[in-house]
Amino acid sequence: MHANSAVTVLRPIDEVYGFWRDFGNFPQFMQHVLEVKVYDDTRSHWRAAGPAGKTVEWDAIVTEERPDELIAWQSAEGADVANRGVVRFSPAPGDRGTEVRVEIEYTPPGGPLGTLVAKLFGEEPQQQVDDDLRRFKQVMEVGEVVRSEGTPDGAHTAGLLEQHPGQPLTEDEARNVRP
Amino acid sequence: MGKETVEVRDVPDPTILNSQDAIVRISSTAICGSDLHLYSGFVPTMKKGDVLGHEFMGEVVEVGPDVHRLRVGDRVVVPFPIACGACASCRQGLFSVCENSNPNAAIAEKLMGHSPAGVYGYSHMLGGYPGGQAQYARVPFADVGPLKIESDLPDEKVLFLSDILPTGYMGAEMCDITGGDVVAVWGAGPVGHFAMASALMLGAAKVVAIDRFDYRLAIARENLGVETLNYEQVDVLEALRDLTAGRGPDACIDAVGLEAHSPSAILQAYDRVKQVTRTEPDRPHALREAILACRNGGVVSVIGVYGGFVDKFPMGSVMNRSLTIRTGQCHVHRYMPRLLERIEAGDIDPTCVITHRMSLDDAPDGYLMFRDKLDDCNKVVLTP
Ligand SMILES: NC(=O)c1ccc[n+]([C@@H]2O[C@H](COP(=O)([O-])OP(=O)(O)OC[C@H]3O[C@@H](n4cnc5c(N)ncnc54)[C@H](O)[C@@H]3O)[C@@H](O)[C@H]2O)c1
Ligand SMILES: [Zn+2]
Ligand SMILES: [Zn+2]
Repeated sequence: MHANSAVTVLRPIDEVYGFWRDFGNFPQFMQHVLEVKVYDDTRSHWRAAGPAGKTVEWDAIVTEERPDELIAWQSAEGADVANRGVVRFSPAPGDRGTEVRVEIEYTPPGGPLGTLVAKLFGEEPQQQVDDDLRRFKQVMEVGEVVRSEGTPDGAHTAGLLEQHPGQPLTEDEARNVRP
Repeated sequence: MGKETVEVRDVPDPTILNSQDAIVRISSTAICGSDLHLYSGFVPTMKKGDVLGHEFMGEVVEVGPDVHRLRVGDRVVVPFPIACGACASCRQGLFSVCENSNPNAAIAEKLMGHSPAGVYGYSHMLGGYPGGQAQYARVPFADVGPLKIESDLPDEKVLFLSDILPTGYMGAEMCDITGGDVVAVWGAGPVGHFAMASALMLGAAKVVAIDRFDYRLAIARENLGVETLNYEQVDVLEALRDLTAGRGPDACIDAVGLEAHSPSAILQAYDRVKQVTRTEPDRPHALREAILACRNGGVVSVIGVYGGFVDKFPMGSVMNRSLTIRTGQCHVHRYMPRLLERIEAGDIDPTCVITHRMSLDDAPDGYLMFRDKLDDCNKVVLTP
């Protein structure tokens, strides 16, 4: 499965690059990522939420890195979901901030886990990446993911039908909002 | 909220969801012509249980940890577009196309290419935010939007800073009025009224109001001294040509939008059928007429709301006659301070559009009266 997406962020390129390079920030804007443990300069461990309360985990290795320009990574052997990707940063024309372009490739394993992974990343991995980049822009520009009562966990386009109505949340619903 | 049904229901009180939120206890709120488009079912992605309303003001009762300008107890008017203040669009003053305030931007992108800002009580496509026809509302980006009212002006004088006064003003501002200009305004509802008042404030030599409701034309004539045309009694294009000795108005403002009514039975039927069968979501009679009426090289300023697509759009007239079309949901934040000054200076008294004051509990009656223009209804203000 392949997805690519791009977004323009009105922040200086070193700040945008730096925030992305600090993988511990990922749970702030990636819908499924629960936790990232950074081992050293190139190695990190990722844990992501799956359906039915399951989680998937993998180690990631930075394979190429050029400050303010590019970060490429791929999962280490033994990953629940093999994945690789590259993110490129470039100055937007004029004073328009920074352009961020992401390409991601997942290789779902065969068998039941494959089905689970397909579900995890949604029928539309493209939409998923688009949503995550939208949330990334929000975090960079306004400091956090923007929530409405319709989508209390932030940009998450799948399933308009499942959205909460545009009315205040009950106390229980408010407690369940993803921090 | 369902199609053509509005009910008053108990819902939970809003809570802070983002650190820049404020909670406002609403003291006054109003029904807008834009709410009628929701009511008639012309705006997709409404859900049962959505709270309506985007024109409201009240008192701040709680603020999130990253709110620094507003304090509990402040009296504020809230602009209807939700805007972050930090994105490129907001930095340029284009608040109604804020890039961060619509979490459902992807839905809007499918219909419109790119997404506008989130709006209170205005469908899931525009964010899924509860509206202000309620006792309380959560107001995101509290340091960016709400305008503090520090004088003791009554609610009714400042409430319309939330939408229709700035909207009318922007409609006139987009006309780039210079001395001697004649400005024609389609729609003598509250939005059209403020467009006329603003055109005069900005120096128009003559303003012409076009509608079919004499009571609305009378409000405009009596308060603003404008000329009026009842399109059921005269041929608008001919009358405007007469009034301008053949030139056509220098600027034409569409303050009607997608539910325009047409005096031509054939066109009305054509667009109505297409709209009902959902093959043409919007009914652009006023817009077509505004384009045809405008003088060569003039400006057509569109503040009436359109949701999707229009048919039989006279693009040939626009192109061959060098017309400029300008439009947008109002960038309310931009205009609030200067219009508050105008109100304080007595240059404009927004209360003259109000015909009905009701309790929030009676909102369903208010919707019906405003939609069907019953009891000479022009603008309904609701008090929770
Ligand atoms: N751009 C914005 O930010 C913004 C903000 C608020 C409202 N609006 C829009 O402005 C429009 C007017 O709002 P309102 O509150 O005054 O609504 P309203 O329903 O009170 O007024 C509309 C008026 O247009 C008249 N009209 C209908 N067909 C006409 C035609 N063919 N020619 C001339 N007049 C015609 C109606 O008789 C009515 O008096 C709506 O479309 C509303 O959605 C836009
Ligand atoms: Zn409105
Ligand atoms: Zn913004």
